[in-house]
Amino acid sequence: MIRRRNIVALSAVALATGAAFAQSDTVKIGVILPLTGQQASTGRQIDAAIKLWVAQNGKKAGGKTVEVIVKDDGSIPDATRRLAQELVVNDKVVALAGFGITPSAMAVAPIATQSKTPMVVMAAATSAITEASPYVVRTSFTLPQAAVALAEWSNKNNIKKVVSLVADYGPGFDAEKYFTDRVTLNGGQVLDKLRTPLRAPDFAPVLQKVRDAKPDALFVFLPSGQGAAFMKQFAERGLDKAGIRLIATGDVTDDDQLNDMGDVALGVVNSHHYSAAHPGPVNKKFVDAFQAANKFRPNFMAMGGYDGMRVIYKALDASKGAGGDALLAGMKGQIFESPRGPVYIDAQTRDIVHDMYIRKVERKDGQLWNIEFDAVKAMKDPGKAK
Amino acid sequence: MLTLLFDGIAYGMLLFVLSLGLAVTMGLMNFINLAHGAFAMAGGYVLVVLMQRAGWPFLACLPAAFIVCALIGALLERTLYRPMYGKPHLDQVLFSIGLTFMAVAAVDYVMGSSQVNVQTPEWLRGRFEFGSGALTLGMGAYRLFIVAICVALALGLQAILSGTRFGSRLRAAVDDPRVAAGLGIPVNRVFLLTFAFGSGLAGLGGALGVDILGLDPSFPFKFMVYFLIVCAVGGTSSITGPLVAALVLGIADVFGKYYVPKLGGFIVYVLMIAILLWRPQGLFSREGGK
Repeated sequence: MIRRRNIVALSAVALATGAAFAQSDTVKIGVILPLTGQQASTGRQIDAAIKLWVAQNGKKAGGKTVEVIVKDDGSIPDATRRLAQELVVNDKVVALAGFGITPSAMAVAPIATQSKTPMVVMAAATSAITEASPYVVRTSFTLPQAAVALAEWSNKNNIKKVVSLVADYGPGFDAEKYFTDRVTLNGGQVLDKLRTPLRAPDFAPVLQKVRDAKPDALFVFLPSGQGAAFMKQFAERGLDKAGIRLIATGDVTDDDQLNDMGDVALGVVNSHHYSAAHPGPVNKKFVDAFQAANKFRPNFMAMGGYDGMRVIYKALDASKGAGGDALLAGMKGQIFESPRGPVYIDAQTRDIVHDMYIRKVERKDGQLWNIEFDAVKAMKDPGKAK
Repeated sequence: MLTLLFDGIAYGMLLFVLSLGLAVTMGLMNFINLAHGAFAMAGGYVLVVLMQRAGWPFLACLPAAFIVCALIGALLERTLYRPMYGKPHLDQVLFSIGLTFMAVAAVDYVMGSSQVNVQTPEWLRGRFEFGSGALTLGMGAYRLFIVAICVALALGLQAILSGTRFGSRLRAAVDDPRVAAGLGIPVNRVFLLTFAFGSGLAGLGGALGVDILGLDPSFPFKFMVYFLIVCAVGGTSSITGPLVAALVLGIADVFGKYYVPKLGGFIVYVLMIAILLWRPQGLFSREGGK
């Protein structure tokens, strides 16, 4: 522990002196992503989005040349922490970015605090991350936003009795808590709260339980990747025919995989902040450029990465290339038109404020898309409203 | 109730096919092959590649998965595994777990690390419902299909092992390779065939399981524990042991997750501990067996 402190303290000193005498022409941004392992699709999406941003906006920001260093942590928090230290101490980055999963972001937060390096969270979505350090800025979304928006929608659409089903880990608890609390607050009834192991091999028992409970709707949060298998078993077990609606956070109908899920995904109502099918010229330009450069469609992860780069670039412009508190100040309070819609970085919480869309999976031009049909405008993170 | 029972049986049957190859190599050949899950994963990916990229029908992919995995198994047996037979168990375990890591990394590199999906044919997506109330029996067509295949396999294997010349040669070769060789039994070839067959079964199980268990490169590690539990609980000296063990585990898992979701996947382990305390040799091992 003492050694670790020393390293961080050293890094802070190194950074301070570095900033003092080495007013060089280059600023570095350290991006840590899971490019291998279970969450590799997250890293691939964000990496592609960052490259796209740089290709579109050049390498100049705040009068300096921006150099992006991408590192792979394989979703292992210890590795994230080590890489963050290396980036701060050796590479003297002005900002850290990326972070595929919540534990990774949490592991880096103390380093950000002690070295006064702003860290832009582009993916991880547990509400508490921005409270872990005053230098955390988030450009992805928070799960409570998605859960509460969906709870509001279901209340207005005659869904009285629900069962919730979440993956048994941090973000799952967030989703369960905020969804069921809001449903109860609105006078609805939560029949059961089910959790399934993160590595759930088979959904048969929980789905049977849902079927026997006969709710109006089943609320689901699963990490992206399990969605397809889940929806298939949902239909196979005849839950749709038993009159149970499937509502979910947008992770389940992830744009990255939606097309391979097949017809079982059709009609699933879900809530999220970004759909590749979001109408409007800004998003069309983004999606076209993204697909021209990659073989896949951008998903919400890519959106977080793209907006994260925007936030860093504009903050560098504002701070004239300086790092530390000046850069952080430049990030706070940014208001801009993102491909996902209007976005605002709340200066108090450093968390993102954006529209939460209610979407339905539909087939359009032979492909499956999340089509938006309702929205909660300018939604703050409900997790912070205490 | 009955629906749950059926789901448990289907899940157990799947575990049985997946673990059977391991039981065969461990029990009959006295070789601990932790890379068994890697063969199952290979079978799954054969199915996915053939169905999605080459457009093969589902039913043709299943035998293909079996054959490809059996061939890989035969090749590896001849080149890598055979020198390991005489080695201590620790060496075997280290060797095969290393092989598993290599397989996982290779598949990750070639196929990508995300979950893959397959579209089962229309006729396997249906569902049959009988009865009402507590006695409702709902059966997914796909699970029914799995149960049918597995029952056929179990019966067939039992018949081969106990009834045919190959079966008796295999048992002889296992009991005492030297004497068996002296009697003119081609021990090496018997082992080669057995290993290839076990690997093929794993491949078939993996292919059948894609739709229910999902498939990604970490598959061998996710399910290694389950395979080992089946072999430990069932004993490895017969087909019946792993079959009963797999069924008990499958049913207990499904019922546990339904009635005591808080305990969730833990039920399986409790059951394993209880059974092993009661019968440390496994449910169906021969008295005083190896």
